[in-house]
Amino acid sequence: MATNRRDFIKISALGAGALAITKPVFGWLPDFMKNKEPMDDSKAKRFPTYCEICFWKCAGWAYTNEQGELWKIEGNEDDLHSNGRFCPRGTGGVGMYYDDDRLKTPLIRETVDGVQRYRKASWDEALSFIAKRMQEISEKWGPESIALFSHGSGGAYFGHLLKAFGSASITAPSYAQCRGPREVAFNVTFGSQLGSPEPLDIRDTQCLVLIGSHLGENMHNGQVQEMSQAIDKGATIITVDPRFSTAASKSKYWLPIKPATDIALLLAWIHVIIYEELYDKEYVEQNTIGFEQLKAHVKNNTPEWAYGITTIKPDLIRKSAYEMAKASPSVIVHPGRHVTWYGDDTQRMRGVAILNALLGAWGRRGGFYIPEKFKLPKFPGPKYPKPKKTKSDAHQGKYNLADTFLSNGICEASTINIERDFTYKAWFINGTNLIETLPDKKLTEAALNQLELVVVIDTMPMAITGYADVVLPECTYLERYDEIRVSPHRIPQMALRMPAAEPRWDCKPAEWMARQLAHKVGLSEYFNYESHEELLDWQLRQVGSSLEEMKVVGVKSFDREFDDLYFREGEVPQFNTNSGKIELYSTELEREGFDPMPVYTKHPEPPAGFYRLIYGRAPMHTFSRTANNPNLTDLMDENKIWINPKVAKQWGLKNEQPIWLENQDGVVSSFPIKVRVTERIRWDSVYMVHGFGHSNKQLTRAYGRGASDTQMITNVMVDPIMGGTGMRGNFVTFHVEKPSSKEEVAL
Amino acid sequence: MRYAMAIDTLKCVGCSDCVVACQTENNVPIGYCRDWIVEAVDGTYPQLEIELRSERCNHCDNSPCVRACPTGASHYKEGGIVAVYHNECIGCGACIQSCPYDARYSHPEGYVDKCTFCYHRVEKGQKPACVSVCPTNCMYFGDLDDENSDVSRMLKTRKYKVLAPEAGTKPMVYYLI
Repeated sequence: MATNRRDFIKISALGAGALAITKPVFGWLPDFMKNKEPMDDSKAKRFPTYCEICFWKCAGWAYTNEQGELWKIEGNEDDLHSNGRFCPRGTGGVGMYYDDDRLKTPLIRETVDGVQRYRKASWDEALSFIAKRMQEISEKWGPESIALFSHGSGGAYFGHLLKAFGSASITAPSYAQCRGPREVAFNVTFGSQLGSPEPLDIRDTQCLVLIGSHLGENMHNGQVQEMSQAIDKGATIITVDPRFSTAASKSKYWLPIKPATDIALLLAWIHVIIYEELYDKEYVEQNTIGFEQLKAHVKNNTPEWAYGITTIKPDLIRKSAYEMAKASPSVIVHPGRHVTWYGDDTQRMRGVAILNALLGAWGRRGGFYIPEKFKLPKFPGPKYPKPKKTKSDAHQGKYNLADTFLSNGICEASTINIERDFTYKAWFINGTNLIETLPDKKLTEAALNQLELVVVIDTMPMAITGYADVVLPECTYLERYDEIRVSPHRIPQMALRMPAAEPRWDCKPAEWMARQLAHKVGLSEYFNYESHEELLDWQLRQVGSSLEEMKVVGVKSFDREFDDLYFREGEVPQFNTNSGKIELYSTELEREGFDPMPVYTKHPEPPAGFYRLIYGRAPMHTFSRTANNPNLTDLMDENKIWINPKVAKQWGLKNEQPIWLENQDGVVSSFPIKVRVTERIRWDSVYMVHGFGHSNKQLTRAYGRGASDTQMITNVMVDPIMGGTGMRGNFVTFHVEKPSSKEEVAL
Repeated sequence: MRYAMAIDTLKCVGCSDCVVACQTENNVPIGYCRDWIVEAVDGTYPQLEIELRSERCNHCDNSPCVRACPTGASHYKEGGIVAVYHNECIGCGACIQSCPYDARYSHPEGYVDKCTFCYHRVEKGQKPACVSVCPTNCMYFGDLDDENSDVSRMLKTRKYKVLAPEAGTKPMVYYLI
């Protein structure tokens, strides 16, 4: 048997100090939490922060008690992301700090007597090890052969380091595994990406259309809040989902669509809007190109045509289209967020973009507003060297419309058995459990096995840490400074994150790690400051504020400098597309050799006895990031598989019964998952929340709880336009007992 | 003065933020809670309805728990808030048995604990932690005797119900439907 250069190591191979301890009820709690009476908040101190439990980055206050122990987190009322109200994950953020399973010390992989294991290392030793390896790799393969995967604030500093070192290969799985297709679709249509938070004027909309987007279960805080405001104002909600989602339960129209047929529905809606002349005529005439081509293109896409595909009755398709038209232009066909479903996702999102354009929603009140982002000057330093390799080299000339490196692209370009000009030799991985995030685990493992350096920077012993040469324990967002948050919104704002508590154990901020590494590889001039405070204060002073001021206010708002929030009456806006207009007919897609207008293609359906696997979010968890958080596991500690009662009856399945899943490729779930028999899911599909079924025992609360949807996702449909990884073409069947891989029968 | 709460089931998404905010605000140990979410699904696919409710002590006008308490630990505070003197509680659990809402639990330190409407916040003019944190803003708190309070206004304009009205407890948590 061939041995791997990089055996998967469970952090539990560590020895003393990191052993799992069975915890009594109060085991993890600081003493003050045993108080019988509530805290006296007049003695509490508060520190500004913005949340890191998800990417929404709500700004708030972390409170400490008289003894300086972390107590609670609340929203900052001036913050546009949260309006002073955190979601359950943000409120439960204290659990991330108090989690005793956290990474505690730097670790270096070593081989003793042929067995690979981790040993504790000092920071100097760990960073010197990395620096030396980086320099060796740079000499041998060039600095561009080092890549960064990041889904966290710390990535900014490692990104800065890599750019200074000579690599531009910085990627986030949030693109090709999540929102990439909609960014490309909106970019080729409106000449503008959506970004985060999306510029959706939900609070003032009269009609919100959700296609598979389960707001309320995905707690995109500002949007959930605005959906609630819209409900208060009597807005109509239309939800398209094979599952009766929470949002569906708040909707006037729920379209229980057959999965994988959304493009047919979108084309039928476009057909109704055009052929019944319900579109915003003046807006379309003034601002768009390709209307006549589109009209001809959807001529046959009648609701009756779509009925046979989507199982949505023609009457319901028409009524819901009329509802949108009635609200136009104060209508939002929500672009969603995780949209990598079937591999034709950019085209589906084009359908969404076109529909919004026909309804005149872009740049209009109650539709899409024009966001503005605050500009904060960068700390002075030398220019980055020009990287020798670009994304085109990494993707071998494919996916030109993707505007960033793709995580799966870099992963592929790290495996030497695929012939190409160059391969990656080193990965830095910050705040993303890559092994669970990227589909096709085998490919990810193949890549990891061939790399010459893998550095994982994380707060928790997630599965990906087991593949690292060096593990660097990052302190949580509650124990560190980070970049000033300057995300786009209705008005420009900035928000400060500062430590509310000293780092526990030997954890360090990513900024500090990147700066120390820079010193060790001779790039000090890029980090030409003594402390993170100095850097932040310098930046803040350039815009008339200071670190001192931000520590008091947490969030600072500014007046808009540029456009209005919406297009002005009579304004002829310019769009950043090839034609300068909204492109119903995409010249850019045509130029790249793709359909200029979306076309419905039939996707495979589950074979008999199999069900389409649909996955999603629960409001109290962020992917696998929160799966071990004591406060949040207390709200939900495992996922369940939702099965329609008819199907459950056929299989004789009962509520709470543990079953094993097997997918179309014969992959069996490592752990059983409990059944939830519910009318809320179609009979041809099953549903589970993403982020459970952890196989690392060191995550004491998450280990073996529920099953991993990612494990079941082995069929990946790649979007030819931008390389997104479609993950909804996987089908599962059930086993009431754990299937054995070998047949052994005693005779 | 009569404190009450109104919760809009049409807006609640069942996210449990009220639960975790209560736990951190009031040092409720992991594994226990003073408030919780109920998801009631009705119908057959695709004719379905869901009611989502954040539930807690109803701070009843006619509280069986106060009557059941042998030591006087369970008592009414100003504004009708039902509370427990932890030091006078012997942990006998009679109140837990008497509550039709299952709103009380035995704290691992030996006393019975429950929702206080965050009295310690309310007396400073703040709202209860659950009300303050709710991302959908679906909870309203205030004085029923004040006709301009949030809760009075909601009850005047919206249809509502209470839980287990047949128990005759006169609950003070109203659900807008």
